[in-house]
Amino acid sequence: MLTKEETHNELFTMGHTGCSGCAQSMSVKLIMEILGKNTIATSATGCLEVFSTRWPESSWKIPWIHSLFENSAAVASGVEAALKYMGKKDGITVIAQGGDGGTADIGLQALSGMFERNHDVLYICYDNGAYMNTGYQRSGLTPFDAYTTTSPSGKESFGNNRPKKYMPEIAMAHRIPYTAVSSAGYPIDLQKKVKKAMTIKGAKYLQVDVPCVPGWKYEPKYSVRLAQLAVQTGLYPLFEAEYDKIISVKKISKKVPVEEYLKLQGRFKHLFKDEAGRAEIEKIQKMADENIERYGLM
Amino acid sequence: MKQVLEGSMAIADGVRMAEPHVISAYPITPQTHIVEHLSQMVADGDLKAEFIMVESEHSAASVVLGASACGVRTYTATAAQGLLYMEEVIYNIAGMRLPVVMTLANRAISAPINIWNDMQDAMAIRDTGAIMLVAENNQEAYDMHIQAFKIAENRDVMLPVIVNVDGFVLTHTFEVVETIDGIDKVREYLPPINMEYKLDVENPYSFGTLGEPSVYMESRYNMYNAMKYSAKTITDAANEFNDMFGRFYGGLTDTYKMDDAQTVIVAMGSVLGTIKDVVDELRESGKKIGVLKVRSFRPFPEEEIVDALKNVKNVIVIEKAICPGKGGILSVEIRDSLFKHKINTVNVNGYTIGLGGRDITPKNIKDLVERAEKEENVDGEFIGLSQQYL
Repeated sequence: MLTKEETHNELFTMGHTGCSGCAQSMSVKLIMEILGKNTIATSATGCLEVFSTRWPESSWKIPWIHSLFENSAAVASGVEAALKYMGKKDGITVIAQGGDGGTADIGLQALSGMFERNHDVLYICYDNGAYMNTGYQRSGLTPFDAYTTTSPSGKESFGNNRPKKYMPEIAMAHRIPYTAVSSAGYPIDLQKKVKKAMTIKGAKYLQVDVPCVPGWKYEPKYSVRLAQLAVQTGLYPLFEAEYDKIISVKKISKKVPVEEYLKLQGRFKHLFKDEAGRAEIEKIQKMADENIERYGLM
Repeated sequence: MKQVLEGSMAIADGVRMAEPHVISAYPITPQTHIVEHLSQMVADGDLKAEFIMVESEHSAASVVLGASACGVRTYTATAAQGLLYMEEVIYNIAGMRLPVVMTLANRAISAPINIWNDMQDAMAIRDTGAIMLVAENNQEAYDMHIQAFKIAENRDVMLPVIVNVDGFVLTHTFEVVETIDGIDKVREYLPPINMEYKLDVENPYSFGTLGEPSVYMESRYNMYNAMKYSAKTITDAANEFNDMFGRFYGGLTDTYKMDDAQTVIVAMGSVLGTIKDVVDELRESGKKIGVLKVRSFRPFPEEEIVDALKNVKNVIVIEKAICPGKGGILSVEIRDSLFKHKINTVNVNGYTIGLGGRDITPKNIKDLVERAEKEENVDGEFIGLSQQYL
């Protein structure tokens, strides 16, 4: 549990233009509570940047910089280098933020560079599984069979025909000191991982599952529920790793069938139309089961 | 102290004298020697800086962007393809008004791939909002880098400065360079960087926010105005440098043997050396010819150029670049400047020469002088083509 002194409210303030039920803005608020005011943040182009910094307004009460889509990690590397030069690095946490596209697609090179050089930066990927800011186009982290505007379902298609890129494993392959996966559905887990990351020197990667109301097409009240179901089905394993070794996983007490997760979301509704769709749901169930096996979730 | 220095070493040493705090780069010929020298200086403790060797030019520019936003002095260097890869970031640096200084070792653009000198890379970024200076020789390159930081960090400017140096012709050539003895005088000339807005936990600002249609134009206008204002800063920086170190190469432009000149050759960069030799020779034979050197390409020195050329008969613009679909670039801007000032008595001919490192010989220049008097309004014509490859 966090004491009152350990929380620093209002560093990411209300008044932004995020959607009702936005799990990303919820997560940012939770993360900022832990990070505190001695933090400098970079953001990639994306929802977060757009909805939190409409000039002359800004929701950030910490120093914050957005440059471009693909360079959040490189800009943060520069911030860290400047702090090092000034001898201020020890008291200040540097975070870099991006969406799934800004992280795992267009920003992957800059992120890999930041990992390899082991900058003392916590990189946070808010994963909502598509390019939501531009209108729900597929990314490398879009889940299998999800409808997006560029992976639509149709007579010849069940939606996105590839599984999600294993981005946390890509981070681990760099042998960075800390990699973690968390979820907007588990605030305590999320805050614990941020807190731990702050104690580790070097490059850290945190990926957070953040359901997206308009992109996933569900009622805003289900944001937290969906994030929890993603974990309880095995589709979104939460774990921590040090270097290339997984050191902890969030166990599933009672496995939930993937159908329970999929049926709440418009992006999967085409799977519930006919027998062929049912077969696809079976494939997704298999992926969840493989995750449970692979990460030892039960 | 006078030393025989490779151009890249002269540049690196000029940069060292300016004491940048964060340097980031990615290797590309012909920029490599500059960053090699700088990394050695850091390794030897001769330069106290964070040197970040990154995985791409895009990240090199992004690292100095992030560092600069924290209020420290920053430097990077690149060429050709690397410049094009960082172009997006250069626009961003200029838009955020960050005083990054960068060397551009001018090199041809692919395809076909070619590592040798011309100025097509520089021309590709002329609208980014970066100040673009062009050095003629290694001594000017050394001095210009020190001036560049002073210009960039001026509170009324706050824009990136790109120092153009011809790849190989300057970067890999040894010349006598007089370096400055002792860093104290440089510190006096170039005071510590002091930015009004920076990433600081004690006084948090948001950088790079969303500019909606109601505010975007004003932001660009302020940047446009700062660029215009920088003309004064560039001239002041050159004059102050002259006062302190006794070397001067002109402010935005420089003239050579222009008194009574009827024909004037306009150019940028190292080719001016060859041009001046030719002009000396032609002057000896009684020809009234002079040279106008463009030292600042952005901001474009319209007034100075018009002033220098308004009473001239023939202007020959020698350009190591081409604008496909139009023709010359520098020549067109010169013609436009004269037109705006209602001067229609000057015959401006623009020639494209020396692309991809092809030698520009004294004979090439002499031929153009002869042609220019007989031709009108030539626009970017290619000089010295081999018929067999066309």
